Amino acid sequence: MTLPLAGEIAVAVLLLASGVLVLTAALGLWRLADFFQRMHAPSLANTLAAWSVSVASIVHFSLLEGRLSLHVVVINVLLAITAPVTTVLLARAALFRRRQAGDALPPPLGDDLPSDGQT
Amino acid sequence: MSTFLSIAIGATLFLYAIAVAMAALRLAHGPHAQDRVLALDFLFVVVLLTMLVLAIRYQSSMYFEAALLMSLFGFVGSAALAKFLLRGEVIE
Repeated sequence: MTLPLAGEIAVAVLLLASGVLVLTAALGLWRLADFFQRMHAPSLANTLAAWSVSVASIVHFSLLEGRLSLHVVVINVLLAITAPVTTVLLARAALFRRRQAGDALPPPLGDDLPSDGQT
Repeated sequence: MSTFLSIAIGATLFLYAIAVAMAALRLAHGPHAQDRVLALDFLFVVVLLTMLVLAIRYQSSMYFEAALLMSLFGFVGSAALAKFLLRGEVIE
């Protein structure tokens, strides 16, 4: 009931990568200035960190049981379906609430940008 | 479970704990309600990933069901809260 060393190294590297990615997402959630900037940060945890944990789990359990164990992918499929829906709903709610509060969103273009329709 | 892998798992869980602390700060501090909903959604995802790491740590497949339920309930909760922020009620 033990893994080969290469498998253990792969699992450990993937897990540590996911830890660093989740920490980056949390740092973005805590440090970014505006809500619409902050919305970008947690998608890092939804996609890349979740996939690296899943690949680590697939490698670990496949080596442990001696057969391919892919059932963790269901969680990734579920996250890939639900995360954009939540993001769009939250963005619309935030836009609605900020406009109700009197903010001009999206902000008007500055004078240094070309105003002839070319963006 | 070798000591090498258990050290890596401990470090990963420590990084997750720092991330949870930052998200909890945003949850307590967030200037608008939508910031708090975003932080809650992120907390659900981090707890889901923690479940998957614990599944590797304890070599048990019971944690997969917990992670699956966490993903589903996180989506339902975040969608209901976002709908509430948008319309003032969840089901019209």
